[in-house]
Amino acid sequence: MPDTHLTTEPDSQALISAENLTVRFGGLPAIKNVNVSIGAGEIVTLIGPNGAGKSTLVRALLGLIVPTDGTITRRPNVRIGYVPQHVSVDDTLPLTVERFLRLGGRASQDQLEKSLAEVGALDVITSQFQKISGGERRRVLLARALLRNPDLLVLDEPTSGVDVTGQADIYKLIGSIRKAHNCGVLLVSHDLHLVMAETDQVLCLNGHVCCSGHPSHVSQDPAYLELFGHESAQGLAVYTHHHDHTQDHDHENADHEEPGYHGAPHG
Amino acid sequence: MKTLTTKSQDIMGPPMDDFVGRALVAGLGLALVAGPLGCFVVWRRMAYFGATLAHAALLGIALGFLFDVSPTLGIIFVCTAVSFALVGFQRQKKLSDDTVLGILAHGALAAGLIVISFMEQLRVDLLGYLFGDILAVTTIDIVWIYGCGAVSLVVLALIWRPLLSMTVNEDMARVEGVPITRVRLVFMLLIAVVIAVAMKIVGILLIVSVLIIPSAAARRLSASPEQMAVFAAMIGCVAVAGGMASSMTWDTPAGPSIVTVAALVFFMVMFLPARTVRRSGR
Repeated sequence: MPDTHLTTEPDSQALISAENLTVRFGGLPAIKNVNVSIGAGEIVTLIGPNGAGKSTLVRALLGLIVPTDGTITRRPNVRIGYVPQHVSVDDTLPLTVERFLRLGGRASQDQLEKSLAEVGALDVITSQFQKISGGERRRVLLARALLRNPDLLVLDEPTSGVDVTGQADIYKLIGSIRKAHNCGVLLVSHDLHLVMAETDQVLCLNGHVCCSGHPSHVSQDPAYLELFGHESAQGLAVYTHHHDHTQDHDHENADHEEPGYHGAPHG
Repeated sequence: MKTLTTKSQDIMGPPMDDFVGRALVAGLGLALVAGPLGCFVVWRRMAYFGATLAHAALLGIALGFLFDVSPTLGIIFVCTAVSFALVGFQRQKKLSDDTVLGILAHGALAAGLIVISFMEQLRVDLLGYLFGDILAVTTIDIVWIYGCGAVSLVVLALIWRPLLSMTVNEDMARVEGVPITRVRLVFMLLIAVVIAVAMKIVGILLIVSVLIIPSAAARRLSASPEQMAVFAAMIGCVAVAGGMASSMTWDTPAGPSIVTVAALVFFMVMFLPARTVRRSGR
């Protein structure tokens, strides 16, 4: 029998925490003995290579998959706003952005427009959800999560399908949302340098937790450099040269994006 | 196809209006339920699931005869069992959905054919079940169609928002508190019910078309999910009326005529100029 508990402790400080969390698919563990804790108003970033188990950890914390072993503790009645990495809606479904937001729960027109304005996507309120750009989609997804008035925002790759300049904007937005709502944020990211400024705690994951702590420490950690040395150097190069970026290198994560969309104008 | 028309002429005993009227009433009843439900089949890409239940329905009919209960109940029973089996296989994640559906569809169809072959004393009109026999619809069939149809529409209205939410994104819906498994099973049961009552009208091979063609045709005309559901029901009614008219005028087989008219409406909508569509749609 797997020794798994989902408990709610009245006095615990953390919004959500996991102890010795292990998830196996078939025989191999996707994540092993992971400890993580997110406090109120804290931004925790998960970082790791593809297949490191970042999404698995997030899904286990959300209760979307049942962990093989370990304990997950949630503060009682904690409200969670979740933005998955990919949201692709079948083109046959006529769905405006406004309607998409209403699917999350009851909200007044006023609340709805306020949350869209907060994420800077008010102008797409009447657009078809499938037709808006990757960057607009991430913002609309954030707005839907915010409408739940969350204690904790869980954002899986919140910049997937967004170009590099747009990515920096989204991370800035997440920082200001945290300040305005005082909510905790669990973030999955592929680029530490982009999230550094807004992150309180970094968890570097590769099946297990390789290293964790403040971003400036983690970025110097040998375990981090071994995993990301090459990639992060590349990421920095792209970031510093973003003024002459074109269509080529900024859409690896695009999910069903409209052809021809590139958030920032050229030049 | 000849068999179908001769069969309908066999029962020409009562005045012509009678069975034509019954057929029309039955067809319209089916279209009203199939439209909204079919929209979800299209949105959720479940056409093959519908086809699987339709194939399995033959086993339901056979069991209905075997245990001397209404074939409609037999179909609902078998379709529910197939739905549960599918959910079970999905949990295991060993085989892809379409492989599982293929196994269930054809396994159940083959089993149904074997059971039917053992009942030699019963003359089972296979062709009627494959292509439907709307002109042989009885008053009791109509009661079934409208009874099941009304209940289905009410249940669909009750689960509309959670079902729509999980159709858009299942993970978000679950985090937001939608009981995914329960809603999905209820939806599968609704499809099973509609397939059971549609059997007599369009038959195993054409049932899926009644679910998906009107919905697909309604897409370009609609600006919201609810509008699409209403338009799908209306287009289904047009197809039933048109198909029946064609059947009466040119003596074409009724079920296939309904499907053909629906397909024609679909192509007409597809080739409507974009501007016309946008004006009516937004």
